[in-house]
Amino acid sequence: MAEGKFTQETVAMTDAQKKAQRARNIVIALVLVAFVVLLYFGTQAKLGANILQRPL
Amino acid sequence: MSVEAVDTNREDVLISSALPSDYYRLMKPRVMYLVIFTAFVSMLLAPATINPLIGFIAILCISIGAGASGALNMWYDADIDAVMDRTAKRPVPAGSVTADQALSFGVILSIFSVMTLGLMVNWLSAFLLAFTIFFYAVIYTMWLKRSTPQNIVIGGAAGAFPPMIGWAAMTGTVTVESIVLFAIIFLWTPPHFWALALFRLKDYENASVPMLPNVAGERSTRNQILVYAILLALSGTLPAILGFASIYYGAFAAALGARFLWLSYNVWKEGSKKNGYSFEKKLFGFSIFYLFVIFAALGVEAIIMRVVG
Repeated sequence: MAEGKFTQETVAMTDAQKKAQRARNIVIALVLVAFVVLLYFGTQAKLGANILQRPL
Repeated sequence: MSVEAVDTNREDVLISSALPSDYYRLMKPRVMYLVIFTAFVSMLLAPATINPLIGFIAILCISIGAGASGALNMWYDADIDAVMDRTAKRPVPAGSVTADQALSFGVILSIFSVMTLGLMVNWLSAFLLAFTIFFYAVIYTMWLKRSTPQNIVIGGAAGAFPPMIGWAAMTGTVTVESIVLFAIIFLWTPPHFWALALFRLKDYENASVPMLPNVAGERSTRNQILVYAILLALSGTLPAILGFASIYYGAFAAALGARFLWLSYNVWKEGSKKNGYSFEKKLFGFSIFYLFVIFAALGVEAIIMRVVG
């Protein structure tokens, strides 16, 4: 095996990039949670009493 | 093994600095507010009731669908947005969001808004929303905007669909009433945008967008503004004539229409570069007020009718 210096590049983000990424992550999390909650209660509102009628 | 940090400003290293607010701006918030408002009014007018949460979901989906088409528009139009003063600071030409990111954002929002509207409300409104997004992003943005001076006449239909979607969400139908609401916005769009295009002539010229004033000339544009103003003033009173708004609304709409017509007449007769396009600016300002007040009047009346009757 040839000898040599094995280097690996990595990315060091600037503070502004880190801050922007964190802000985006928080908003995505909030939107996803809101979407799940909306579908959960929306399904109940749409189906009403029929939610209990499940054919076996 | 050594680890080297990469310069994140290098061209081949794409690390986004976009803030959530940049993505929000991609959705054209001001257009979204208008969409929410007109869709909400038509839902109030519709002869049906809806669970408040389902109603909220319907408006949310319609507004996000509108936002999605705004993002797709900004993805495709980034090249011309960059050379126009009014649009140069939009997220894609300003460099805060890449064109690919805008495209992904628009496509994802389109799919989610249409599917959610279909599953939670009804499929007719979802189909209309999907068609609206397609109409705005493909028919208007990709095709008409750069090829014909009648771009905003036909493209204006995209902005006119939201009340029809709201009506369909409530009733599951498309009726004459919802077509009248569609017609009001559809006929309002050309004089609104052509008044803007007259005093922003240079902007559109620089971007090579064939707006009516720089293709057919100012005279022809002023003629057409007047024709559309007459049609708009008439269509504004149709809700009262067809009986889904009161005679008081009819009188109010007729007065507003007369004012719109008067300002358009001034643009037709007196408007010119010599007086700093002051008549065109006045008409443009009033057109925004007109649409807001017409729909507000319909909405207030619908609320009163729901409370009283």
